[in-house]
Amino acid sequence: MKPAPFEYIRAESVLQAQEWLAADPEARVIAGGQTLMPMLAMRLVRPTRVIDIAGIAGLDEIAVTAELVTFGAMVRQVTVERSAAVAQALPLLAKAIRYVGHPPTRRRGTIGGSVANADPAAEIALVAVTLGAEVLTTADGFSARDFFLAPMTTALPAGAMVTGLRFPRVTAARRGTGFAEVAMRQGDYAMAAAACELVLGAGGEVASLRIGIGGATPVPVLLDLAEPTREAIAAALAPLEMMHDPNAGAGYRRRAALALAMQALDEAQREVMA
Amino acid sequence: MKLVLNVNGSDRMLELEDRTSLLDALRDGVGLKGTHAGCEHGVCGTCTVLLDGEAVRSCLMLAAQAEGHAVTTIEGVTPGPGELSIVQDSFVETHGMQCGYCTPGMVLTAIALLRDNPAPTRDEIVEAISGNLCRCTGYGQIVEAIALAAERLQRSNTP
Ligand SMILES: Cc1cc2nc3c(=O)[nH]c(=O)nc-3n(C[C@@H](O)[C@H](O)[C@H](O)COP(=O)(O)OP(=O)(O)OC[C@H]3O[C@@H](n4cnc5c(N)ncnc54)[C@H](O)[C@@H]3O)c2cc1C
Ligand code: FES
Ligand code: FES
Repeated sequence: MKPAPFEYIRAESVLQAQEWLAADPEARVIAGGQTLMPMLAMRLVRPTRVIDIAGIAGLDEIAVTAELVTFGAMVRQVTVERSAAVAQALPLLAKAIRYVGHPPTRRRGTIGGSVANADPAAEIALVAVTLGAEVLTTADGFSARDFFLAPMTTALPAGAMVTGLRFPRVTAARRGTGFAEVAMRQGDYAMAAAACELVLGAGGEVASLRIGIGGATPVPVLLDLAEPTREAIAAALAPLEMMHDPNAGAGYRRRAALALAMQALDEAQREVMA
Repeated sequence: MKLVLNVNGSDRMLELEDRTSLLDALRDGVGLKGTHAGCEHGVCGTCTVLLDGEAVRSCLMLAAQAEGHAVTTIEGVTPGPGELSIVQDSFVETHGMQCGYCTPGMVLTAIALLRDNPAPTRDEIVEAISGNLCRCTGYGQIVEAIALAAERLQRSNTP
């Protein structure tokens, strides 16, 4: 038994979880446990209480409307992976989810846990920032861009919890998406990743181009792009702070981010032409 | 805390500390040592069990989180005492193990894969076991074992 002692309790409603969190700053939510359990085992965290939110009714639902796709915080990553509705409404997320860990970790890991955890390499966070998603919490809603502040650090106020993630839905017929990443092994955290969504207008002109970078930077970044060219992407990457570690230096990550962005763009362009 | 875990089809009443992982509950509480403890923080996959038929890591769950679900360990996959299931038998036949440390996790991961996808491609097998480390075999014979099991399961009428 590796974790320090704590009390395990099951919340029956968001309100109850919120009350327990507000009452005890040392309490923590457990969603899928795929990050919290290792942190507990290594005693990187020593919570007093661990609040299980898996039994809260309605928190594991996906709602697709004409304009929005909303995920409850407890939606398992595998549910996203297997959902035909998500594949159709949010193809970029459907592509990215397959890079999140391994099938057994996706069986347990959740959308909300990934967002709350804010790993710089988290693919779900990257897609959220790229597509302009909104993080729903028991306090305010936050645009994903404003929610991720630094590695493992979010704007979530103390005592609040993440309740969901909401994406705007693009219904244009001519849309292509691409996702690419580089990691030490399949399923490992990305050293760099890129996500792209390209939408063409009726006349074939670029109606919207979004390219996001994750893994390389401390938080996912939506690139500010005037045009879909290598030069424009390189220029947008130039001012960004890159992370570095013994496996991947800042220079490597910047070059990888550029190459992966080109791959993702290429995939999106091929898809939109097909 | 007191809890009831459904393991290999029978309910087991356990008295455990809240912080007990499902892995420790199975090994030390229920006394089934077939579920191996490797890294105990989610990296190696040797602790894999089936939760409601799907592969999960028992070191990455609290025992309490498994309450109300059906847990299957390697001890629960054989047709009878002294017998091997088709998947286990295929591992023996292709020599899909050396030290055997990773084997329970590999077998259960394979069972979960073959239930969803009875005829996986080589790439699909490789992806399915991508979260399970083996320090001995180089994986080649494990992939072969799973392919052989798929073939045999398709031809058999017992699981
Ligand atoms: C071997 C392995 C490989 C992995 N590879 C990747 C990868 O490539 N990419 C990737 O993105 N992830 C990866 N992960 C992590 C991923 O599996 C987790 O699912 C995810 O990071 C956390 O989700 P969770 O539901 O498991 O959260 P938990 O582990 O339950 O929680 C994580 C943290 O968030 C908090 N939290 C959870 N839910 C909420 C909520 N609703 N409100 C407020 N706080 C909350 C918890 O208190 C905790 O601090 C990997 C994990 C493992 C074990
Ligand atoms: S012991 Fe559970 S993944 Fe290694
Ligand atoms: S057979 Fe030894 S670790 Fe796989």
